[in-house]
Amino acid sequence: MTPALEINNLHKSFGKAEIIRGIDLSIGQSERHAIIGPNGAGKSTLFNLITGRFAASSGKVSLHGQDLAGLAPFEINRLGLSRSFQITNIFPKMTVFENVRCALLWAKGYKYSFWHMVSRSRDLTEGADAILEQINLTARRDLPAGVLSYAEQRALEIGITIAGGADVIMLDEPTAGMSHSETDYIVDLIRKVTEGKTLVMVEHDMGVVFGLADRISVLVYGEIIATGKPEEVRGNPRVQEAYLGAALEAEH
Amino acid sequence: MTDISQNPQARQHGGVTLRVAMPWIVGAFLILVLPFVFQSNSAITIMNQMSITIIFALSYNMLLGQGGMLSFGHAVYMGMGGFLCVHVMNWDMFGSLPLPVLPIFGGIMGMVMALIIGSFSTRKAGTVFAMISLGVGELIAACSVIIVVFFGGEEGISGDRTYGMPFLGYEFLSQIEVYYLIGFWLFVSALLMFLFSRTPIGRMANAVRDNPERAEFLGYSSRWVRFNSFVAAGFFAGIAGGLFAISYEILTEENLNLVTSGSILLVTFLGGVGVFFGPIIGAIVFTLLQTVLSLETEIWSLYVGALFVATVMFFPSGLAGVLMMHAPAFKLGKWQMLIVPYIKTLVPAALCIVGIAGIVEILFHARHSAVGETEMTLFWITFDHTSIMPWIVFAVLAIVGFWITRKTAPDLVEAWHAATTPDEVSR
Ligand SMILES: Nc1ncnc2c1ncn2[C@@H]1O[C@H](COP(=O)(O)OP(=O)(O)OP(=O)(O)O)[C@@H](O)[C@H]1O
Ligand SMILES: [Mg+2]
Repeated sequence: MTPALEINNLHKSFGKAEIIRGIDLSIGQSERHAIIGPNGAGKSTLFNLITGRFAASSGKVSLHGQDLAGLAPFEINRLGLSRSFQITNIFPKMTVFENVRCALLWAKGYKYSFWHMVSRSRDLTEGADAILEQINLTARRDLPAGVLSYAEQRALEIGITIAGGADVIMLDEPTAGMSHSETDYIVDLIRKVTEGKTLVMVEHDMGVVFGLADRISVLVYGEIIATGKPEEVRGNPRVQEAYLGAALEAEH
Repeated sequence: MTDISQNPQARQHGGVTLRVAMPWIVGAFLILVLPFVFQSNSAITIMNQMSITIIFALSYNMLLGQGGMLSFGHAVYMGMGGFLCVHVMNWDMFGSLPLPVLPIFGGIMGMVMALIIGSFSTRKAGTVFAMISLGVGELIAACSVIIVVFFGGEEGISGDRTYGMPFLGYEFLSQIEVYYLIGFWLFVSALLMFLFSRTPIGRMANAVRDNPERAEFLGYSSRWVRFNSFVAAGFFAGIAGGLFAISYEILTEENLNLVTSGSILLVTFLGGVGVFFGPIIGAIVFTLLQTVLSLETEIWSLYVGALFVATVMFFPSGLAGVLMMHAPAFKLGKWQMLIVPYIKTLVPAALCIVGIAGIVEILFHARHSAVGETEMTLFWITFDHTSIMPWIVFAVLAIVGFWITRKTAPDLVEAWHAATTPDEVSR
């Protein structure tokens, strides 16, 4: 079976600084894959390379076997890959409901239509309301997204990402800045909505990572130093040395 | 014109409710009956001008308010549409063309121009878009004196609308017949532009305005979304141009130059870019100021400029935004609370403005009237600008008005807060 996402010898430099220094990674269909690593390791940059936000300096990314080179973010999205952002990236002046509805439009096949009335489309309204229910924002439905609390905006960010029903979902630190109970809720939500889908997730919270991931990759200074099942990675001495030991200690 | 998503009734039925249709019914009614209220020829001319400006401003707001594109060259599309329509009036085939169809030619012309220019200008929003629009505006205005065949050079080109094929027996000789022709197009254009904003692409125009990058990660090309809005806006600007051609039967360079482009930005902003009906209010107020005020004073544009600056500084959401601020007070049924505070603030404010305007007018008269002509009439009073008395009166009005306004304004703000927040008990 072709992997959902395959990365071969990926490099990225910003000027002289080489941030991604040769990454090979293969993520299978319906796998939940976590990417961990210290700050500035290049995790978000890797996301940006995969999703077409930045062009790679060299190397190859393929989605379901299709080479993504030269494709714009919107083209990659249409192939069934959706992502969230570490820094909340929503439509602040539009209502919460509209945020989600816009995320549904392409997936529901409306494309650039100027002959449908969005308010008359039951599938849009019901679909968006169902997502709002899932992310617990029904009470905020008609407020401008910009006035929501930080945690609510994070939830909306995830809602927008999953709304289109993409089969590869990439989340960049979905629980960053959330309280314990909010984190638990979001983790449950992620588990639920990514059922049967491929999930790639950057996460600092080790509890979340070990609870959710089928496999983990450890990214340090632009290189993946280990990939494997959670327990393998946990036991890997290089990981312990480079990252995990410190992180696990910090947890306690 | 209310936001459908904020209207629970519409949400449930997903269709047309009376609440949604009401503004359109009222609008159509007003278009029909206004000529019976304001019957004079000049009033009808003003209303024609107003209707054309409304279409133009709504079309401009498809870019600015809904798509986040600040254009300094929107007059190009209206002007080009208008020019083509005047040319059509001079063609032989015009005799077999009913006049009410003519604006479609303008619309198509505006659309074709927008297709060409939008193909490169909508690549980016923001400064790049604004600069390109300015450059293109300058370029086309310069062309208008070079390509004399199409633009007619300095004196422009003119036509005669009455050569068209009579439509239901009407030859559009009189202003009132033209009024209803324009009124029809006003209604249709406004409705179509409103409906456009409710379509998937119209909603995505808002999304791209707010956050073009995120829209890309939802499957939409920001550029293509902007391009579509741009072309649609070009079409309606062209319609407005066609109506201008019908109404005035002449187009000149002035119709597509940067001054006209700038003033539609002003009109739209004055009315408010955040709500659909904002530009309508802007166009009405601006046309009234332009026509009525310009009869009274030569320096009317100074007052319009001051109004614009005041709007940008104090009410960035425009006149419509100010109106919307009061919606909660009406919903809560507490609007009566506002009447007295408003009188207490607005009356002295008006006096202050009268005072300042008086001084400005006297100054203007003193500087610009012919030598020896010292008599002037202001606010229906005739006096001599060399005497000291009028200066004192206006200065006192200005200062006292200002002083009282400053004292009462905080009460007004407080009253507004009280009127727009629900009572503690009722929670
Ligand atoms: N557009 C850019 N231009 C230049 N340098 C960049 C750019 N984007 C990221 N970098 C640099 O690349 C490095 C990796 O950044 P990245 O955001 O990918 O780290 P990260 O692993 O996501 O870290 P964090 O855990 O803090 O989110 C950082 O040193 C950053 O300064
Ligand atoms: Mg990051």
